[in-house]
Amino acid sequence: MIYNIPYFAVAALILIGLYAVVFKRNLIKIVIGITLIESGVNLFLITLGFRENSVAPIHTAGTTEKTLMSLPVPQALTLTSIVIGVAVLALMLSLVIHIYRHYGTLDVRKIKEVDE
Amino acid sequence: MDFLATLVNHSPALIIAVPLLGAFLTPLIGKINGKVRNVFVILVVACTSFLIALLAYNVFTNGALSADAVTNNIQTYVFGAKDIGTPAVRIAFEVDAMNAFMALIAAILPLAAVVYSWAFMKDETGQDKYYTLILLMTAGMLGMMLTGDMFNFFVFLEITSIATAALIAFRIDQKYSVQAAFKYIVISSIGALFVLFAVALFYGQYNALNMAVIGDSIKYTMLDKIALVLLIASLALKTGIAPMHMWLPEAYGRAPSSVTVVIIGTTLGSLYAMFRMIFTVYGKHIWDLGKTMALQLPQLLGILLVALAILTIILGVFMALKQSDLKKMIGFAAVAEIGYMLLAVGSAIATISLNESGVTVMTSAGQMALKGGIFHVLNDALDVGLLFLVAGAVYFAAKETSLNKLGGLARNMKYTTVFFLIGLFAVSGLPPLNGFASKLMIYESTYAINPILSIAAILCSILLLATFVKVFHSVFLGPKIPKFSNVKEVPKSMLIGMAIIAVIIIFIGLFPNLIVENIVKPASEALMNYGLYLGGI
Amino acid sequence: MSEMSKIVKTISNIAFPLVLIFGLYVIAHGHLTPGGGFQGGAVVASACAMILVAYGSVWTMKKIKEKHLSLFESVGAIGFIGLAFLGLLFGLVFFKNFLLGEGLIFSEIGQGLSNINTAGVLPLMNFAVGLKVIAGLFAIILVMAYATNKLKGGEN
Repeated sequence: MIYNIPYFAVAALILIGLYAVVFKRNLIKIVIGITLIESGVNLFLITLGFRENSVAPIHTAGTTEKTLMSLPVPQALTLTSIVIGVAVLALMLSLVIHIYRHYGTLDVRKIKEVDE
Repeated sequence: MDFLATLVNHSPALIIAVPLLGAFLTPLIGKINGKVRNVFVILVVACTSFLIALLAYNVFTNGALSADAVTNNIQTYVFGAKDIGTPAVRIAFEVDAMNAFMALIAAILPLAAVVYSWAFMKDETGQDKYYTLILLMTAGMLGMMLTGDMFNFFVFLEITSIATAALIAFRIDQKYSVQAAFKYIVISSIGALFVLFAVALFYGQYNALNMAVIGDSIKYTMLDKIALVLLIASLALKTGIAPMHMWLPEAYGRAPSSVTVVIIGTTLGSLYAMFRMIFTVYGKHIWDLGKTMALQLPQLLGILLVALAILTIILGVFMALKQSDLKKMIGFAAVAEIGYMLLAVGSAIATISLNESGVTVMTSAGQMALKGGIFHVLNDALDVGLLFLVAGAVYFAAKETSLNKLGGLARNMKYTTVFFLIGLFAVSGLPPLNGFASKLMIYESTYAINPILSIAAILCSILLLATFVKVFHSVFLGPKIPKFSNVKEVPKSMLIGMAIIAVIIIFIGLFPNLIVENIVKPASEALMNYGLYLGGI
Repeated sequence: MSEMSKIVKTISNIAFPLVLIFGLYVIAHGHLTPGGGFQGGAVVASACAMILVAYGSVWTMKKIKEKHLSLFESVGAIGFIGLAFLGLLFGLVFFKNFLLGEGLIFSEIGQGLSNINTAGVLPLMNFAVGLKVIAGLFAIILVMAYATNKLKGGEN
């Protein structure tokens, strides 16, 4: 049972992130919400590779063919996802800077006006 | 020739690598000269289109150019070694007829876009970054359409959406562009993260990321149902199907017009991915109804997709009626057209059932609906692309996109008017252009399935025609407005870009049988015979 | 942003080479220990961000122009794709690891399970990716510092 706690953390992170994106008014809080969702999904990917009583998947002097290792593939997937998350975060923050320069406010309700 | 055979053998990798290499070389070449960089970009895109044509020809004719790469009309390419190893650990690109069909669409659109943007972008700053991002978008879009590995699909999806968001905000001095780009990146990023969640669910259950391996070993557990719902919802969000369509007209309308043409290709890539998930990854539960627990899945899925599609068509057409901005209106028309594609394929799924002898069949009306839907993907990409290029030409000449202020442009811009007429007739489905061929297939087949769908589709198509005729009258015909009395015709490269697409539209319109028999029919057969795809690995 | 006091500048002068060496170690041993191109590049980029915060954005932008960083980034990216294409030429498949155990430099010297030089193309690709990540992340931070500078009206 104790090995299932990361899954509850994943659910909590994704739900809090979705709440922040949908209900918050400040643009920066929306960006933080997306980062929370991304952290939740990354945690889910990493937790999938866990095996009980395993060591890190690197061959050192103490490991043989029969040592139980945790899966290395989810670690590579999570790394790729973190890199993509950094790029998306940088782009979103640059766009927030430009929006602030045009509108003078970060409130979503004041930005969402109809054109013309 | 042996060289051609080697080229075709490696073409799935080269199709991704050549635009990537071009994208990384463009800033260096741009420091030398502007014209050299433009020519280099056009050469790179032309080279990519040539490779795609070779690959498509090889796959459709089952190995005419290089026989040992293709078995059963499927060409597989493994990265890093000769075969995929046991268990399947390497990334593989699996190209069957449906992939080749989508790649053909993705071959035409960037070519027209970069030829068009030679003159369209001449006075803007930051052109180095513009061309780099367009080449990155092309590479990402092609990767989305050719890959056979689910995590690889997610990576290319994110590459495409980041490059798209940066390009939508290209004109950072206009405040609506930046706002549209922010909306696009937030919504698209949430969609992609839920796709990653579904991929993680698959990996946790089956320890495989390859689409064919997952399709081979999929069971219908609760986690698989959750993954199916998440995948359909996220990919529908990326395609712009109602009620998740809000970002699409703004993103299409506020981007520079040559960028919009390539964004159309990426949204159709997400639509293709939805079909691939339903028909191939879940293929065992759609096509083998005798041996699975998911007896109601085709009907449920079909009814859901048809309901969403009708909602999309009605929302798109009615919102397009009341728009006063030219490009946003064409964006809403694009939303309605995506609804048509989903209507055809959804009603095709709904007709899959077990007949008396225990074999799962799709009725012949359903098969024609599938063919019509896939054909409409090609037609719609070209039609809406041409309309956006014309809108960009109007903006370039008159610096104005509001319908209230434009008028009387046909006197000075003759060629642009003709191209707009071609696009108008094609979108509304008038003969002898290509919209008529695919829409006729959709109307006939959905009438046989349920008459109400067909009647709703025809009515909305008539409304769309009315909207566009109104736009044509108010923008091009009408009295001369003094502010626009000295607009000139747009430069030649923009006309050549529009002419590329217009010629293909007219060609498909005059010979639809050629296209349907040779290109669309193998694509729909490939979707139906999911076992061939599974056997490719 | 304005510069900080002399104590901060001195300590960051001392810490910068240490973090740099650690980051390059993480990049170079990416195939043996956890790490690799992106992780090591992020470490070095955070050291560069430390210099930016300590010395102020005006001084840093005078020393490092953004177009030099763009050149580094392009070189890193071309190196990566070039190595993939070389795999196509030498090994007949795209991205093939064609330097695995070949020749004198890349084969095993001595014993052991895995040494630093037997992984073929991987360390070279790690270096290319690491260079690209350093240049890219540092350029992002520099441009954002410049943008917020302009936003506040350029107070220094």
